[in-house]
Amino acid sequence: MSNGRIGKLAVISRMGPLLGLILLGIALTLLSDRFLTINNLLNVTRQVSINAIISVGMTLVILTGGIDLSVGSIIALAGSITAGLLVSGQSILPAILTGMVVGGVLGLMNGLLITRAGIPPFIATLGTMTVARGLTLVYTDGRPITGMEEGFRFLGGGYISGIPVPVIVMVFIFVSAYIMLKKTRLGRYIYAIGGNEEAARLSGINTKKILLSVYILAGLLAGFSGIIMASRLNSAQPTAGVGFELDAIAAVVLGGTSLSGGVGTIGGTLIGALIIGILDNGLNLLNVSSFYQQIAKGLVILLAVFLDKKRK
Amino acid sequence: MFKILNKKSFLVIFLLIAFGISLLLTGCATKQEPAPTPTPTPMKTVVGLSISTLNNPFFVDLRDGAKAAADANGMDLIVMDAQDDASKQLANIENLIQQKVSIIIVNPVDSKAIVPAIEAANKANIPIITVDRGAAGGQIVSAIASDNIAGGKMAGQLIIDKLGGKGKVVEIEGVPGSSAANDRGKGFNDAIKTVAGISVVAKQPADFDRAKGMKVMENILQANPEINAVFAHNDEMALGALEAIKSAKRTGVIVVGFDATADAVKAVNDGTLTATVAQKPKDMGKIAIETAKKVIAKESVATTIPVALELVVKK
Repeated sequence: MSNGRIGKLAVISRMGPLLGLILLGIALTLLSDRFLTINNLLNVTRQVSINAIISVGMTLVILTGGIDLSVGSIIALAGSITAGLLVSGQSILPAILTGMVVGGVLGLMNGLLITRAGIPPFIATLGTMTVARGLTLVYTDGRPITGMEEGFRFLGGGYISGIPVPVIVMVFIFVSAYIMLKKTRLGRYIYAIGGNEEAARLSGINTKKILLSVYILAGLLAGFSGIIMASRLNSAQPTAGVGFELDAIAAVVLGGTSLSGGVGTIGGTLIGALIIGILDNGLNLLNVSSFYQQIAKGLVILLAVFLDKKRK
Repeated sequence: MFKILNKKSFLVIFLLIAFGISLLLTGCATKQEPAPTPTPTPMKTVVGLSISTLNNPFFVDLRDGAKAAADANGMDLIVMDAQDDASKQLANIENLIQQKVSIIIVNPVDSKAIVPAIEAANKANIPIITVDRGAAGGQIVSAIASDNIAGGKMAGQLIIDKLGGKGKVVEIEGVPGSSAANDRGKGFNDAIKTVAGISVVAKQPADFDRAKGMKVMENILQANPEINAVFAHNDEMALGALEAIKSAKRTGVIVVGFDATADAVKAVNDGTLTATVAQKPKDMGKIAIETAKKVIAKESVATTIPVALELVVKK
C-alpha cells in the first residue's frame, strides 16, 4: 500500500464527522427557513458551548483510554457552590474560582482513585458522580439557588461584539486544548498512554502524573461549564447536569475518537458536539413530536458511529 | 512487594467482612430477642412517608408540610427518599414494614412499579395512603392528589382571557408520557380548543428541566417570529423559557407555569412570570397526615381527596 493511499483514507476518515455535520446542516436548511440565519447559528453555538467545554475534558480522558462519568454531577456542585457564595455576598471572581477549584478537586479525587487505588475509571468516576450529586443536594437542600448579583449573568448571557460570551470561552478552550494535544509533551503523552499504557510507562513516561492531570483538567472544565450554566439560567439547579456525561461521551465518539483510547482529535469533538446541538435545535424548529425526538437522536448517534466504524 | 501488599489488603478486607458479619449477627440477635414484657405504656404513633425524590423542591415542601402536621399531632414521622428509583422505593417500604409503622404514606416514583410494595404492606395489614401520584393496584385507603387536568384548564383559560381570545401559543411539555405532562397538557388543550382564534404554534418537550426549557424556547423563538403566550407544564421550564424570551428581547409574551415553586412565585410578584398554578405540596403533606390520623382512629375517609389548586397571579 502506498503512502498516498493511507493518507487519503486518513483524510476521508477525519472528514467523516464534518461531512455528517454539513449534511445535517443542508437537510435542516431545506426543511426550515429558520435554520440558516445568523441569529439561529449563534443561538445553537451558545447552546452547544456547555456540552462542548465538558467534551474537551472528556476527549482527553477518553484519549487515555478512560471515561469520566462524574462531569454531570460536578456541573451541579460547582454551579451551586459558586451561586451560593455569590448569594452570601462573595464577589464574582473568587466565587467562580472556588467553583472551579471544587471541580478540580473532584477531578483530583477521580485521578487518585484511578492511579493510586487502582480502581477502573468507570467505577471510580461513578463513585465520584454519586458523591458529588449527594454533596450538591446537601449544599442546596434540594432547592435551586437564585438571587445572584446582576454582573454574574455576563459569563453565560453576555455578548462581546455580538458574539455570546460562552461561545468565545468555548473557542478559547478548544484552541488551547488543540495546541496542548498537538504541540506539548503532555499532549503526546496522552496519546501514548491511550495507545499502550504499559509501553508508555516503560518508555519512561510518568503515566500516573499524566492521568492525574487529565482527570483534574476534566474536573476543572466540568466545574467551569457548571458555572456558565448557573450564569445562563441565573440560578443553580441541584438537578443540573443529569445525563450530561452521556451527551459529552456521544460528542466525543461522534467526533471520531476511539473509546479504547489513543485515537482522536479535539476538532472532531467540536464537530460531534455541534451535531448533537444542531440536531436538538432542528427537531425543535421543525416542531417534531416529543415521542419521535428521542428516536431520531438515538438513530443519528448509531448511524454516525456505524459509518465511522465502516470507514475504518 | 506486590504479593505482600496483596496479602495485607486481603487481610484487611477479610477483617472488615468479619467485623461486618459479626455486627450483623449481633444486630439480628438483639432484634430476635422477644420484648421482655409487652409494655402497656401508650406508644407514639409512627407514620412512614416514602417520597419519590427529595431532589426537587416540590417534594421537599410536601415533606415539610407532613413533618409540621405530624409534630402538631404528636406523631413520629419516618421519611424515606427513593431518589426517583422505583426499586429503592420498594426497599424503603419493605423497611418501613419491618419497622412496623402504623400507616404508610407513599408518593410513588411510578404508579405501576409501586404495586408490589403496596401489596406487601397490605399483607402486613399496614394501611396505605398515596400522595401526589396514585397507584395502579393494591389496596389504597385514600389517594390524595391535586387535579392536574383542572390545573391545565385554569392555565389555558387564563391565557385565553389575557389574549382576548386571539393569539399564537406555545406549549412546553414535561417528560413525554408522564402523567403530569399528559394531564396538564390535556387540560390546557381542552381549554384552548374551545377558542378558534388561538392556535398552538409549537408543542415541544423539555422534560420538566429549567436548562432544557430555556434551550427549547430559544429554538422555538427562532422558528416563530410571533409568539403571544407560553404555557409550560412546570415552573422550572417556564422560568427557563422566560430567560430565553428575555435574552431574545421579545416583550409582552405571557408565560404561565405550574407548581408555584418559591422561585416562580417570586417571578410572578416581580411581574416577569404572568402566573403559575399552585399545587399545594405543603397542604398535600398536611392533609396526608390528617388523613392518616383518621385512618388510625378507624374513622372513615374518602377514597380520593382532591387538593385544591389555585392560580397565582401578581397581587
